[in-house]
Amino acid sequence: MPALPLDEAGKYVAGAYVVFLTLVVVYVAIIGAKIARIERELTELASEDDK
Amino acid sequence: MIGAARAILRKDLRLELRTKESVPAMTLFTLTVYVLFHFGLDRDSLDGELASGVLWVTLLLASVIGVSRLFAAEREQGGIDGLLLAPVDRTSLFVAKAAALFLFLAAVEVVAVPAFALLLLGPGLGGALPELLAILVLGDLGIAAVGALVAALAAETRARELIAPLLLLPLLVPVLIACAQATEPLLRQDQTTEDLGRWLGLLTLYDVVFVLLSVAVFDYLLED
Amino acid sequence: MYSKGFKPLAAATVVALATAMTLVFFYAPLDADQGFVQKIFYVHVPMAIVSLCGFVAGGIMAIGYLRTGDSSWDLRSYVAIHISIILGVGVLATGAIWARASWGHWWVWDEPVLVSFLVVELLYCVYYPLRFSIEDRDRQARYSSVFAIAAGAFVPLNFAAVRMAEAYTHPRVLSQTGSNLPGEMRLTFLVSLLAMALLFVTLWKLELISKHASMQLKRLKRKLADREAVTA
Repeated sequence: MPALPLDEAGKYVAGAYVVFLTLVVVYVAIIGAKIARIERELTELASEDDK
Repeated sequence: MIGAARAILRKDLRLELRTKESVPAMTLFTLTVYVLFHFGLDRDSLDGELASGVLWVTLLLASVIGVSRLFAAEREQGGIDGLLLAPVDRTSLFVAKAAALFLFLAAVEVVAVPAFALLLLGPGLGGALPELLAILVLGDLGIAAVGALVAALAAETRARELIAPLLLLPLLVPVLIACAQATEPLLRQDQTTEDLGRWLGLLTLYDVVFVLLSVAVFDYLLED
Repeated sequence: MYSKGFKPLAAATVVALATAMTLVFFYAPLDADQGFVQKIFYVHVPMAIVSLCGFVAGGIMAIGYLRTGDSSWDLRSYVAIHISIILGVGVLATGAIWARASWGHWWVWDEPVLVSFLVVELLYCVYYPLRFSIEDRDRQARYSSVFAIAAGAFVPLNFAAVRMAEAYTHPRVLSQTGSNLPGEMRLTFLVSLLAMALLFVTLWKLELISKHASMQLKRLKRKLADREAVTA
């Protein structure tokens, strides 16, 4: 099959890189949220512990 | 180790001869699937790639039945605890179970391969018998080793019947590829052997890797 | 324990990724046959290589667990496999996009990387049900390790088998890994590969930090609950 014209090909290439970056960003966001929640709970418990 | 393995194997074979649970089911399953393929593909005779594929996929699916029954006797009679309390090293258990599965598969193939030739195969099997035998032996060895490992892996999980096939079939893809590709030229109208050595080589590598791996790792399964 | 050196690692990863993407779009020449679509190769193939290595690494870490009994090896193995599975999904997605752009179909069977990844992902999908259907923590770790080792050994064998099979039916056109790459493309590819590898290690460390923190939290909660029970 001949190579796609640049504008059509661009959509696919962009799609592929968007998929990759989305995967990374979503993963980091999920873990980041988890860590933030854990740190919040840890500081809460630490302050309770001090009482 | 060999003595213990032989003893366990003898027990399993005697049990199978008496109860006839695995081999007849696997054989019947294979024959039934051949009939299904006849209707599903709407073909009276197959040759070449199609024949090779049908033969091997059916055998692989039948092996799933054998694998899920492999530790059944021990589970049902609480025998596995007895086996494990005895000073038997797990390697013997692996060797015995893999050997049993190998022999079951061979028994199934004694019926299934001629049946396949009768029901579905266009060209005859004739001159290719020794090559086919080599492929069957090496293929069965791989299925037996991986099958025994998967049977043990799935033995302790609650969803045992689901996990065993889902584990077994992807793991056997290289075996399927090698066996189907090797068998395909044997089943053509103009029978030849193509690159047989290459595929047998891949099978041998696979067998060696998984036998060694299973032997090394089996001790960590079925403990306590 | 795990958070040492994380910030510089993450920074290096971001830099590497930015560099790689710059090279891909501004430095690497346009491929003569496939045109602009070939640029997908710089994300698809490094993801595949790193994911495959991740599965093998997960198996090696599992060996470490079985030999030492130290559950931190099991945790490392689990996270490595987990991230490799996610990357594997990316491999399948970018591969499908590439197939669609190059051949007009969302799936092609004559691409050994794509096909072997389908098999590998199907296998590793069973890792989670296998793992989480075993309640006893020690047994869970042991069985998962056995799976990780068997599956890790399987991955290269499977790739070899699929490649051998494809060599007979179709010539390998899409995966241009290896020596027949012109200089600028090879440099871009290597930088992309390095960036992907750094990304894997960063994500791996990140998840280990998270798991470690959550274990600390649980321990602390339990300690406080015990203390309250005593003083009550």
